[in-house]
Order: sequence, then C-alpha cells, then structure tokens
Amino acid sequence: MNTSDDILVRVRRLKKYFPFKKGFLLNREKGAIKAVDDVSFDILKGETLGVVGESGCGKSTTGRAILHLDPPTSGEVLIDGADLSTMTTKMRRKFRPKTQMIFQDSYASLNPRHAIGNIIAEPMMIHSDMSHEEMRSRVMDLLDMVGLNPNHYQRFPHEFSGGQRQRINIARALSLNPKFVVCDEPISALDVSIQAQVINLFQDLQKELGLTYLFIAHDLSMVQHISDRVAIMYLGKIMELTTKESLFAEPLHPYTQSLISAVPIPDPVKERQRSRILLNDEVPSPADPPKGCVFSTRCPQVEVVCTQRPPRWQEVKPDHFVACHMVKP
Amino acid sequence: MGKILEVNDLVTRFYTFDGIVHALSGVSFHLDEGETLGVVGESGSGKSVTMMSLLHLLPSPPARIESGQALYYGDKDPIDLLKLNKSGISDIRGGKIGFIFQDALSALNPVMTIGRQISETLIEHLGMSTSQAKKRSIQLLDYVGIPEPEQRFANYPHQFSGGMRQRAMIALAIACEPRIIIADEPTTALDVTVQAQIIELVQRLKNEMNMSVIWITHDLGVVAGMADRVLVMYAGSVVETASVEELYYNPSHPYTRKLLGALPRMDEGEQRRLESIEGTPPDLLLEPSHCQFAWRCDYTGDPCMNHIPKVRDISHSQRVACFYDFKENRFQS
Repeated sequence: MNTSDDILVRVRRLKKYFPFKKGFLLNREKGAIKAVDDVSFDILKGETLGVVGESGCGKSTTGRAILHLDPPTSGEVLIDGADLSTMTTKMRRKFRPKTQMIFQDSYASLNPRHAIGNIIAEPMMIHSDMSHEEMRSRVMDLLDMVGLNPNHYQRFPHEFSGGQRQRINIARALSLNPKFVVCDEPISALDVSIQAQVINLFQDLQKELGLTYLFIAHDLSMVQHISDRVAIMYLGKIMELTTKESLFAEPLHPYTQSLISAVPIPDPVKERQRSRILLNDEVPSPADPPKGCVFSTRCPQVEVVCTQRPPRWQEVKPDHFVACHMVKP
Repeated sequence: MGKILEVNDLVTRFYTFDGIVHALSGVSFHLDEGETLGVVGESGSGKSVTMMSLLHLLPSPPARIESGQALYYGDKDPIDLLKLNKSGISDIRGGKIGFIFQDALSALNPVMTIGRQISETLIEHLGMSTSQAKKRSIQLLDYVGIPEPEQRFANYPHQFSGGMRQRAMIALAIACEPRIIIADEPTTALDVTVQAQIIELVQRLKNEMNMSVIWITHDLGVVAGMADRVLVMYAGSVVETASVEELYYNPSHPYTRKLLGALPRMDEGEQRRLESIEGTPPDLLLEPSHCQFAWRCDYTGDPCMNHIPKVRDISHSQRVACFYDFKENRFQS
C-alpha cells in the first residue's frame, strides 16, 4: 500500500453532474448527465496517471473537476493535502500556481493578439512580484526548455505550427513551477512524427522537474507509453485501474479487454493473428445510463446480476483495481 | 490479377494569393484488382489530394491538375480519368469508384433522408424505378449492419450516431457495386471500438463484392492489419511503396523508418524512448529542388540537397525514392 506521504492527489467519490432542463415555460430540471459518477483514485508524487476512454466517457470532466475548473457536484479532492472545495476564492487563487492544465486545442488556448512572451509571462505577472527583466529572462529560459528559440518571444501564436504551439502551452503551464499538471489530450491534434516530439518533451520535463501528470487521451497505446498507471473510463466510471505492465499483460475487465483488442499494432503478422473482441452498438447516453453495471448493455460476458446492481470497486490484486461482478479477487 | 487503376506522374498545384502550392509533384502508383492499398502520410502530404484529383473533386480554381495520367481498367478499354468531361466523371464517381469521406456529417446532405440519398444514386446510375430503389436501399442499409433499416430509411443524417453515419455513407458508396472504394480516413473521427467495427465491415464488403480498396490514413497501426500493399507519402510525393510485410520489417526510406520508430506499441514490454522526427514538413510554396525530407533526415548527404531522388526498385514489390542504400549502408552511385 502507498503511504499518504507518497500521494499528491487524492480523489474520493468524485461526482460531476450536469443538470439539464426540458420544457418551454416551466423549465424544470428533468435530470442530470452523470459525466463523472463516483470515481476514486490516488495519484502518487512524480508519477503519470493515464486516463483513457472513448469520447463522452468523462475523462476530461474528471481532470477539470479535480482542478475545480468545473467545481465537482460532490466528493473529495485533496491536492497536496489541500481541499479546494473548502477554500475561499482568495485562498484558491493563491493555490492555483501549484496546479496547471494543458489543453487539446493549442490554438484556441493561446490569445492570438498577444505575443507568446506575454502569454508565457502572464501567470508570473499575476502570481509573482518579479521585475520585468526577471520575467523576460525566465520566459527565455522556458522557451529554451521546451525546445523553442528563446529569441522568438515577440512572435505571435499564428506564426507557429501546431506542435510548436503546444510547446508554448507547456512553457506557460511550467512558468510558476507547478507540482501537478493535467494534460487534456495534448497530442490528439498533432501528426504522428510531432506527437513523438511532444511526448518525449513531456517525459524529459517530468524527469528534470519532478512533475506529476494526469494524462488524458483516447489513444491507448500512447497513454500506455507515457503512463506509470492507467485508468480506463467508461460512461462516467472507472472500470479498471492498474500499472501499465499488467494492463496489457492481464486486463481483467471485459471492456478493457475489448478496448485493447481494438487498438491496432503496427506489425502485420501479429496484427493478423490477433482476434478482436468486437462490441456491438455504441455507448449509451450518459443521461440515461444502464441500471447496474454501465457496461452491461455491451458486455460480451454479461450475466443477470450485472443488470441489477452496480459492481463494487475492488482491489483484486495489489495495485490492480476493477469494477466488475465477474472478476473475483 | 491485373491492374484496375494506374496513376502516372500526377502533378497537382494550387494557385493561391500566397503563391503556387506544390501539392503533388509527380505521384505514381497502381492498384491491383481485389487488393487493399494503404496510403499513409502526415497531414499535407497529399494523400487526399491525390484521390480527389482522380475524381475531379478539387475546386478549380485554385486547384489545377498540371500533368499526369490516371488509367482505369474496369471497362474494356482503359479510360484516362483526368481527361473525362463532367458527365463522364459522374458516371465513374459513385458508379465505378465509390468514395467514403472522413466526416460523414458534412459529406451527407443534411436536409435529405439517408434513404433518398441512396435511392437517388441508384436511380441516377442504375436507372432503377423509385420503388425498386427503395427496396434496394433498405437491403443496403441492412447489409452494412444498420439495425431496423426500414425505419432508418426515412431518417436524416443528424439522427444517426457517428458510427452509424459512417455505415450509412458506406452503404451509399457501395450502392452501385463499384469496382474500387476509396476510403479517406474513414475512422479517424471515431473511437477505437467503433473503428474496429468499420474496418471489419469494409473488409467483409471487399471480399463479398470483390472490390479493390484504397484506404487513406495516418495510422500505421490500422494499415498493418488490413492492407496488402502500402504507399508512404511525404510532401507531395510517394517516398516508398511496398508490400505490408516489407514495409514493416524492412523499411527502406529514412522517413518510413522514423515513422515506425515514432509509434508507441502496446505489445512492447519495456520502456523505449520514441524516435522523434525533428523539424516540420517543408513549405509547399517552394518548388521542390531536392529531396523533400533532406532537412529532417539522419542520412542526408550531398546528392540529397541537390537532386530529387528517383524511384528505384528494392524488390519486385518494393520501390523507394531515396539515394541512401540501407543494404550497403552507402549512397547509390
């Protein structure tokens, strides 16, 4: 078991519901989309926890709820021992520099009318009392660190390519020496050759600065590559959480198994020998999730009990958590 | 097994306000009957432009096909697709060559039911009556795995989910039993589990209907499992053509090698640093005067900076456009 000293982020029973309304005049709340429903996990200091799932499974919402960008509906989140939900706005603002987020759309997350030097310096202007010269030299250091030419700090975002813009985003996120960085699909919009550059940069920075990442993506092979542990999400719930080695070697949850079997391997002979576990249908609506286990409508191993009550979240082996009725410890 | 499509030295340029974009600078390849050809490349490498040039799908201006030949051998006499007039190419499009687009929502007409869109193709190309076309459309929807095809016939595209919409577009593409299907990144916008379903479907259709498939993608993983041969494109030209085994086990172009090294692999036990290709693809506004990959290549030498490499044979099925010989570890004289 991990001692509490090793844990940087502690998430317990996190829920994030988005209520929706129906009707024209009365506009009554008719229900809620359960984007994240009762999720618990820990992130250890200096590790990368990967979160994978199909679109709409709540992986991004989890990341945003942890950082209180969208305050959670209920549940407990402790980052470095601090609970953001009990803080006042002022205290929360003081706390913010410790955590950062990197977004998928590198263009939309940079102000097109600001030079990149200003974009990277903005967090320092708000949160530190550095002088103008100090900030400039810090900006140039950061640009150098993420592999951009430091003399380009007066250029504008449109002058950079997608991969370079993502590097600018990383530089900004690192400007206040955060401990914990949430990376929300940071490489999904990039080409394969550029993806590798950015992934290597993430890994180098982690080694150099001792960062802790929550790495959200839908590309299972990339997440497995960068993460120490991986969480598989489906319809607002975590199905399985384990180390990356055992995830591929012995996936226990039927959803994980089919997900892994669907990921193509760049090797023709191996690829032809593999058998795919094809799931029928598509993901049900999160506004009306199936009773019992949320995966029960598509699960190839479904039994009666699965449709009646939700499975328990249990640690079946050391460091291997699964929520499935069919898996016994 | 004969050729069904042969493209020779296709050059397409875009005349824009910024200058001339050299989108394709001499693309040649062929497609055999009944095979699946994977076309791999990064964005801007010209994979879509190649296929759209063949079917006159590029808006002109700005696009202009400068030279080249695209011979279709499906009928008695070979037809040069690039020389066809408007009515000639509409016979081919949909009738002989079906096209599956990446974004099904914008490729389908939003104000027309799925059923009508398929029926329209059948009436237009095969001269069916309305009731025949309806019957056949429902069969087709059923055939591509859409549940309750009778009800779905009257639905509009927005009422379908992403995967189902892609299936509907496949039904539309195969409606006239074409000889060739061109699939332009059909699974890029889909989740992996749905992607697996679509790949399975296209392979089943290909075998049952005896079609040839051109599958455009940027994902070398997808290609490994389904293609017979692979075409690797970079900055508007084909850098390597090979059977799928040769490409993965004996890649002979530095770009292909790097690309394979840049992919994370789930079946690998230990942690490896991904190979990264430094730099970015070249600016296509400049006319190519040397190997387009030279600036990013580890093996660059004198010839690479001064000449455009010619395609040479490695084996009877593998061709590469590079001066460097990996077998002998030296430059070709």
